[in-house]
Amino acid sequence: MSLRDSIAAPMVPVRYRVVERRRETHDTVTLTSVPDAGVDALEEPRPGQFHMLSAFGVGEVPISVSGVGPQGGIEHTVRAVGANTEALDALSAGDAVGVRGPFGRGWHLDGAAGMDVVVLAGGIGLAPLRPVIQHLIEQREENRSVRLLVGARRSEELSFTSDLAAWSEAPGIEVAVTVDSATREWSGRVGVVTNLVEDLDVDAPRTVAFVCGPEVMMRFSARALIEFGLLPEKIQLSAERNMKCAIAHCGHCQYGPLLICRDGPVFDYPELCELMEVREL
Amino acid sequence: MLSTGDDITVNHPEEHDSESDDDPSGSSAVVLGLDGLAALIAALWDRGYRVVGPTVRDSAIVLDELLTADSLPIGWGDEQAPGHYRLRRREDQARFGYVVGPQSPRQELSPQKVALVKIRRTADGFDADAVDPTPAAPIAFIGLRGCELAAMGIHDRVMIGGAHPDPVQSARGADRFVVGVDCGDPAATCFCTSMGTGPTAGAEMGPDNTETADLRLCELIDDDRHDFLCHVTSKAGAEVMETLEHRPANTADHLAAQEVRHRAVQCIEKHLDTDGLADRLMAVPDHPRWDEVAERCLSCTNCTLVCPTCFCSTIDDVGDLAGEMTTRTRVWDSCFTLDHSYLHGGAVHATTRSQYHQWLTHKLSTWWDQFGESGCVGCGRCTTWCPAGIDLVEEATALSRAPEINR
Repeated sequence: MSLRDSIAAPMVPVRYRVVERRRETHDTVTLTSVPDAGVDALEEPRPGQFHMLSAFGVGEVPISVSGVGPQGGIEHTVRAVGANTEALDALSAGDAVGVRGPFGRGWHLDGAAGMDVVVLAGGIGLAPLRPVIQHLIEQREENRSVRLLVGARRSEELSFTSDLAAWSEAPGIEVAVTVDSATREWSGRVGVVTNLVEDLDVDAPRTVAFVCGPEVMMRFSARALIEFGLLPEKIQLSAERNMKCAIAHCGHCQYGPLLICRDGPVFDYPELCELMEVREL
Repeated sequence: MLSTGDDITVNHPEEHDSESDDDPSGSSAVVLGLDGLAALIAALWDRGYRVVGPTVRDSAIVLDELLTADSLPIGWGDEQAPGHYRLRRREDQARFGYVVGPQSPRQELSPQKVALVKIRRTADGFDADAVDPTPAAPIAFIGLRGCELAAMGIHDRVMIGGAHPDPVQSARGADRFVVGVDCGDPAATCFCTSMGTGPTAGAEMGPDNTETADLRLCELIDDDRHDFLCHVTSKAGAEVMETLEHRPANTADHLAAQEVRHRAVQCIEKHLDTDGLADRLMAVPDHPRWDEVAERCLSCTNCTLVCPTCFCSTIDDVGDLAGEMTTRTRVWDSCFTLDHSYLHGGAVHATTRSQYHQWLTHKLSTWWDQFGESGCVGCGRCTTWCPAGIDLVEEATALSRAPEINR
């Protein structure tokens, strides 16, 4: 990298190459990308961190890391909801993708040592939690209960379905899935994901929770978990706001006193609980 | 810019005796005439600076390149009130007889629109190169007030004080030279004394205010004189001063400057009670005053564009017509737009109420959480340039009180 490149390095996208594209739902894909030949790899992301991804000529969006593949390939799960994400969604294996990062403070996995774990995901919120589950399976602790509660608005919007099936088979982990509204083919549970909390069989005061999903879902999930007996400081949430730079310059990701790109996106519940009660903050 | 404790002396071209009484701040003081001011601007150009200062354009005092001292707003003052700004003719020929215009140093240090990265389509996908942000010449600012010096420091700490220093602001602000000016005639919208940033351009600023001018002028005008008491507060300032005709300051000069300062402080009627303000504002998200101010606010973004500390920007990848080249461009943005808080499907700050809440609490409250200091310097621009005349001090004060007292 020349001196000139290093001057503005924080906003320069690094060329990665998509090596695999897997469709999750009708509007969601998981892209696996690796540094292109001759390009220095970015720092390895920690679970809960995110990258700024861009397709040439369109624009950038923050996307959580949804997994790290065997050959160092980084996985990102993208839901096509706007121009930038539609352009990313349209990428195929072999295409270049611009990557900056990784950014932010990820999940504090250290705090989970010796504790039971609840992973609670709503919709695409499962994406940043996937590395947590992979970590828990790889670093399995005997006598630890891991409970994964997954909710989706509709059954056809469930992502990572093959992972869910595989995780159900892993020792020490139980997976429960519910959908808000089901089609005729759905034989599982129906209802919001917070309903699953009361059926948990974990040692509540000795349990940590990792939660990601729509803000309203996280608010009610945290309340339900506390009612169930979890300590508020043992609940971690991943927050979201608009984001343009990811380096604390653009001001878009303010959440009251917090800059999500710098201070988050993962926060302990006590940091967010009052903020989440303020409308339109 | 220098750190305190540096030894600053000016070698006077004429003999220098004990009559000169330097002020206790440790900087040396001299007196510069009108010719000296003109020579200062010329000397800064000669030294390779791009000299930027106040001039009259479009019925306002704006910041622009100052080729000579003749371009200064000679004999112009301004009249400011909530939603009101007019230039007025002064009875004297003051060079710095106005307060602050709509612009501030941030337009020079982080321009409204700046190219960051060039991304070129290639067979491999793309190549990306940072745009070199180094300006052709370092900037010399003329006439910055205490509030503007403070704002420049605050803005710098956001853009280059964090983990990812902004190359644009770093390069454009590097090696800058600052001529500060004490405010002699503050406006009705000013409240720098509440925020600890003025009306003088340096010495009396609060302990957290690290931004200093290289030279600090106080314009002295009466029937018998029109010149400037000049505190030389950096080595760069001393080097320039050595090339200019000046005389050591005497007691009468210092007294005259004290009088200017005293008058300015007396002029400032607006007061914001900052004690506990940050907590009080965040504690009242349901205060009816937010609804009330939202009925007057037009979400026009003016306050955020004239604010000298506002830093929000958006990033646009702008393509050329051929689709071969994209320029990643940073453009000033405002928290009063719906796009600012857009999140898959809608804006988080969808109402004027929440936009105003974001703006006011950020300036006076959450800036402390985010950056450890106030985001407001008390310059009053947001109040002057609000088309609805919404007064920041008035709103913050009303929101600090229990709702029933407002009724």
